[in-house]
Amino acid sequence: MTQLALSEKLAILSDAARYDASCASSGTTRRDSRDGKGLGSTEGSGICHSYAPDGRCISLLKILMTNFCIYDCAYCVNRVSSNVRRARFTVDEVVQLTIEFYRRNYIEGLFLSSGIIRSPDATMSDMVRIAKRLRQDEGFRGYIHLKSIPDAAPELIAEAGLYADRLSINVELPTDRGVKAYAPEKNPTTIRKAMGDVKTRSAVAGERSYTGKRPKRFAPAGQSTQMIVGADGSTDATILGQSTRLYGDYGLRRVYYSAFSPIPDSSAALPLIKPPLIREHRLYQADWLLRFYGFDVGEITAARTDGNLDLDIEPKLAWALQNRALFPVDVNRASKEMLLRVPGFGTRTVGRILQTRRHRALRYDDLLRMGASLKKAKAFITARGWTPGKLTDSTDLRARFAPPPEQLSLF
Amino acid sequence: MYTVPLPIIGTDMAWRDAAKRLTGAGVRPADILWDYGTGMGELFATATPLPPPSRKVKAPKSFVQMADVVVWHKDPQRFARLYGLLWRLRHQPGVMQDRADPELAKLRQMEKAVRRCQHKMKAFVRFRDLRQGGDRRSFAAWFEPTHHTVEPTAPFFARRFADMDWMIATPDVTAQFVDGNLSFHPGQPKPDLPEDAAEALWGTYFCNIFNPARVKIQAMTSEMPKKYWKNLPEAQHIHDLIAGAEAKVRKMQEAGPTIPPERVQKIKDQLRKRQNDQ
Ligand code: SF4
Repeated sequence: MTQLALSEKLAILSDAARYDASCASSGTTRRDSRDGKGLGSTEGSGICHSYAPDGRCISLLKILMTNFCIYDCAYCVNRVSSNVRRARFTVDEVVQLTIEFYRRNYIEGLFLSSGIIRSPDATMSDMVRIAKRLRQDEGFRGYIHLKSIPDAAPELIAEAGLYADRLSINVELPTDRGVKAYAPEKNPTTIRKAMGDVKTRSAVAGERSYTGKRPKRFAPAGQSTQMIVGADGSTDATILGQSTRLYGDYGLRRVYYSAFSPIPDSSAALPLIKPPLIREHRLYQADWLLRFYGFDVGEITAARTDGNLDLDIEPKLAWALQNRALFPVDVNRASKEMLLRVPGFGTRTVGRILQTRRHRALRYDDLLRMGASLKKAKAFITARGWTPGKLTDSTDLRARFAPPPEQLSLF
Repeated sequence: MYTVPLPIIGTDMAWRDAAKRLTGAGVRPADILWDYGTGMGELFATATPLPPPSRKVKAPKSFVQMADVVVWHKDPQRFARLYGLLWRLRHQPGVMQDRADPELAKLRQMEKAVRRCQHKMKAFVRFRDLRQGGDRRSFAAWFEPTHHTVEPTAPFFARRFADMDWMIATPDVTAQFVDGNLSFHPGQPKPDLPEDAAEALWGTYFCNIFNPARVKIQAMTSEMPKKYWKNLPEAQHIHDLIAGAEAKVRKMQEAGPTIPPERVQKIKDQLRKRQNDQ
């Protein structure tokens, strides 16, 4: 095999990694290198060092160790049956790239995943070696995210958690049936078992033993997963139901949704059309409502009969339009729970309302100054000197928010 | 009338000290002229030296924290606005909880702008390797922040890049970190930094992590405004990436599925055998 230049490998192996939506680098332990013996820091929230023209944050060096793979997942550009160019980094190359990019302030750290070569264990142990070298030889204190190989031995995952801030395993598709159809070599039960193991180990790492000693930290930024949206026929209700189970059962920090993206050299088993990216966006909005706004899946997906979210308007607004009888709410009296359900009010706005109304009654202008988005909210609230009148019940309320029909492009 | 000179380096402490003395002595906001960075203050201020420090002055912690950020804003009115609020706080201690008070809202907005600017500085400073040899590696960057954010943000870089020497030069202040010591110096014109081969690799990464099937230019520019592009090595690729995106996606679609390489069947058979054996 001919040797590829480093830049060619980097091109191939970052191209192959871009279908992973996550680039988060937040929520790990606080560390720095003020002692002068290492490199790097993590301080709570991560930093997006750049943005690509696809609007995505670039926070980590997100690469595959190799894009050779013996599996045949239909949605994946690296599957064994694709004719894409192949490359493989050495352990040393990944370590050097990470350190040199980090020193120039390009990145917060490394997100490493890999195609499966030889065997899951062999692949996973190479990945662990990279993380270990970064931590032990280079004194690297930045962020490391490793994507675990589903069938790798539990000991390897256990070791990975000692060096990585975050571990992830992608469930890939919202249903077991979908996994069977599109990722025939993968086993949903194995994936769930691996997630369960990580959860248990994290819990153990958080407890002191009877001697009062804390065990070594284990993946302090927790675990996450990704689901591909639009490749199989799952509805949004199915997808969000699965997310709710994943958050509950495995204590996941995040579920990522990735609108299935047409890939070079796509398999005949999959659609070649662009799915609407807005669907992914609506799923993220719904996901937030589930986690931080006290909604449940049934409420969010009730607005339409087909189990999908309304693509034209955000899910909270869709819910409010369905439940107009509950509005308008009085910002000076309503409960926190109800304020959180007002379209245009975020958790921060609600916090400010609650804080300020202890001192005095709020007017419309006060809300503006607090940063509330009143364009949406004004139809659903009353404040001192403000009532929406008939606005709340007007039949064209939805039309005010839905975008005008899109112009067809010549394509 | 007091004219208070404020230095460009150490503005926060200088303002705080002066504000404490002035409120302590009951000097009204209208009687103070804040003179930032001109050095002219020295000429006029001689007539009225600042009142002596007073121990009685108290301000809520939330005010002090906010003031420590707002002093770095570029608005010349920032010092007067802060003092105006400090003056009101003597008799209206509850103002800090009133998120809708117009004066406080304005200051909070300025605080937010400075924090955002600090955040962007942490994100967008790009070091170049000076390749000077020696025990510690050394790097340098040129950066143009919107507000006066170098001084409050430099400690972040000191915590992160402690095992190397570095310099961040900007038009009004230059931060230097040598052998573990952080210091500030007057600003300078853009220095000539040596080329750094890592920038080409970073550009390669930037181009390939971009997914041409999902162009969202507005989402990019709202977080990475154009004013920063000239100091970001990767930004030179943006134009071509956008221009070529549609053609790339179309090519993918037209190419359609290909025939799997021959080795596939063999690999699959082996794998199946192994999975069955387990
Ligand atoms: S295991 Fe499947 S998803 Fe992962 S790289 Fe291989 S083909 Fe792609």
